[in-house]
Amino acid sequence: MSRFTELALAAALALSAGATLAAGKYEGIGRSATPAEVKAWDIDVRPDFTGLPPGSGSVDRGMEVWESKCASCHGTFGESNEVFTPIVGGTTKEDIEKGRVGAYIRGDAPQRTTLMKVATVSTLWDYIHRAMPWNAPKSLSADDTYAVLAYILNLGEIVPADYVLSDKNIAEVQKRMPNRNGMTTKHGLWDVKGKPDVKNVACMKNCKTQITLGSSLPDYARDAHGNLAEQNRVVGPVRGQKTGAAAAPAAKPHPALELMKKHGCSGCHGVGSKILGPAFRDVAQRYKDDKGAESGLAARIRNGGSGAWGDVPMPPQSQVSDADVSALVKWILSGSPEN
Amino acid sequence: MSQPPVRPGRIRRAPEGFLTPEQIGEVAAGRRDFLRNAFVAATAVAAGTGVARAAEGDPAILTLPEHSTTLGRPVAERPYGTPSQYESGLKRRESPGLTRVAAASVSFAPLQGLFGIITPSGLHFERHHQGWHDIDPARHRLMVNGLVKEARVYTMDDLMRLPSVSRIHFIECGANTGMEWGNVAVPTVQYTHGMLSCSEFTGVPLSVLLDDCGIDMKRAKFVLAEGADGSSMTRTIPLDRALDDVLVAWGQNGEMLRPENGYPLRLVVPGIQGVSWVKWLRRIEVGDKPWAAKDEAIHYIDLLPDGTHRQYTSIQECKSVITTPSGGQTLLDRGFHNISGLAWSGRGKIKRVDVSTDGGRNWRTARLETPVLSKALTRFNIDWVWDGSPAILQSRAMDDTGYVQPNYAQLREVRGTRSIYHNNAIQSWKLAESGDVSNVQVY
Repeated sequence: MSRFTELALAAALALSAGATLAAGKYEGIGRSATPAEVKAWDIDVRPDFTGLPPGSGSVDRGMEVWESKCASCHGTFGESNEVFTPIVGGTTKEDIEKGRVGAYIRGDAPQRTTLMKVATVSTLWDYIHRAMPWNAPKSLSADDTYAVLAYILNLGEIVPADYVLSDKNIAEVQKRMPNRNGMTTKHGLWDVKGKPDVKNVACMKNCKTQITLGSSLPDYARDAHGNLAEQNRVVGPVRGQKTGAAAAPAAKPHPALELMKKHGCSGCHGVGSKILGPAFRDVAQRYKDDKGAESGLAARIRNGGSGAWGDVPMPPQSQVSDADVSALVKWILSGSPEN
Repeated sequence: MSQPPVRPGRIRRAPEGFLTPEQIGEVAAGRRDFLRNAFVAATAVAAGTGVARAAEGDPAILTLPEHSTTLGRPVAERPYGTPSQYESGLKRRESPGLTRVAAASVSFAPLQGLFGIITPSGLHFERHHQGWHDIDPARHRLMVNGLVKEARVYTMDDLMRLPSVSRIHFIECGANTGMEWGNVAVPTVQYTHGMLSCSEFTGVPLSVLLDDCGIDMKRAKFVLAEGADGSSMTRTIPLDRALDDVLVAWGQNGEMLRPENGYPLRLVVPGIQGVSWVKWLRRIEVGDKPWAAKDEAIHYIDLLPDGTHRQYTSIQECKSVITTPSGGQTLLDRGFHNISGLAWSGRGKIKRVDVSTDGGRNWRTARLETPVLSKALTRFNIDWVWDGSPAILQSRAMDDTGYVQPNYAQLREVRGTRSIYHNNAIQSWKLAESGDVSNVQVY
């Protein structure tokens, strides 16, 4: 919507607010947005520059902002391929004149940069303003957004080094965007009633005389995704293939876990969860400052007891050897490590 | 000593892990009795009671396991349930080298191990443009503005009081299978097709909200959806679609959306590529022209052979893939197998799926499992007896518009090989005599 309409609407809303019930059709649900709320969130800029705030920024100022906030990811000249794909590169003076990027037509583009793709300069302004810098989105002022964009456009030789980009001249810059004539919406994948562009028929018998294997997976690609055996279920009709570097062996479980099973402790106690009796880690927590806990707990296991952790009594465990009782108690009081 | 002839289709790798390479060789040579002896020996060790007893049968039956002889664990020990420890291999994974920043990346759903059509919420694929947040729903707001009688604000309380609907729909990233446009690049169906999920979404139709705000039907042609995250991602949606079946959703598979999937509010745009399903949805603007946002003017554009880019390509056309057996897997043995897979179309319902086991020479029609819903995943199955000889498995879906999923040659003839998006070609899995399945392309 135009700025004018928006302001007019906002004024109308301000007039009506409070005067009547909300105009919504579901009673008690939703409310009018205030003009300040709409202004705070409605930050989009369209290709016809609807929504573009007034302001300006020079290539020089843009370079300052770029070096402090953008270059670490995008490279000093917007050429970096380290973190994100390059912003600048691959466009020529001829492209700027024709509005078509020749590298696509010739098919010799090693990589597609932002300036090779984008047809609309508004897209760059909108995105920088709403989402950049990467770790502090929406922190650039309108003027600094113009400046950063001017710097990028200068790197692409779309504007000269002494250029000051503003809401007044951005439409002129649009006429120099290298891929401005490179987009089409004439296809069937947009409109609800769009028609497909590729056609197959459902042949059932003897459809092909020759089957050619056109491409198969190179070994390095097969091994690049870790061990496929570990990415499949351990039961069923198939197993995953063993690929990639061998995984580090799993840490050995603590021997006390085996004792816990062997003597049936796990019937009533969990390591971290209460079952009938308390969790071992809760026991360790309660007795962490009790110097006599070790002998006390050993006696409890041996003779049984009740009351300390609720009504369910702990039966005497006379079958457990002294060595095992001692190992279990030490392990429980040390917080029951898993390995 | 001469090598015995290798009989195809026998176990190549021992599933229980108790066979040595030499023993595997014997099995491959077809000496079945050897397998039984190995089984007996292994069971004797496992049971610890000697060969005589183990020969009576399977120790998994004869020796009662601990879970049959001890007390189990209490209710609510895990108040939000988690899968069995034995299922830990099936999880979302990144494809190494695909992206360089984890906050602007993709994780793929493990399609190779999923059943039916619903993706468990914790395994739903992820695509974030500037990282994800866990947003306090009490502070989340949705604004509708633009060409409406009144710009309005809704809280989650407001939205969840409105008449809601629940619908099952697939979501597929426009770049799903994008790595394979030029040639085979990744090993398993998780990485070839895993930017695909399907959930039951609950929410209010967008048309209800647009109506509530008094949309200007004379001038309105498009809506813009905008997220509340750092990227405040925006996408343009044509009005006829926005008024058709688009939902403003908070529910997913019976619970609230997961934070990675846009909690507490996201747009659901059935049949349309995932990037339009704006997460952490904060605003809908009604307008008369498209916006050419970053993710519709720089990314998600399809490069054609003549050097032009198609902009606003959105519909996910009819596609299918066999998930079992699939790349990177090994069949345990010859004999009966259930070939199973998924089919979907952004234009409507799946009408038919055909399966070939000979690289596309001959086809048989698979069973479609119910429910078969519009713009939802549909599960197909077909019986197959593998005789141990090499095979190439393919599936070919057809939707209720009559459109038939194309092969690579047909797709590339129109769209070339330089695109990233909307690759819906027929997938081929090569099955070797060893039982190993691998990713190939067939011309």
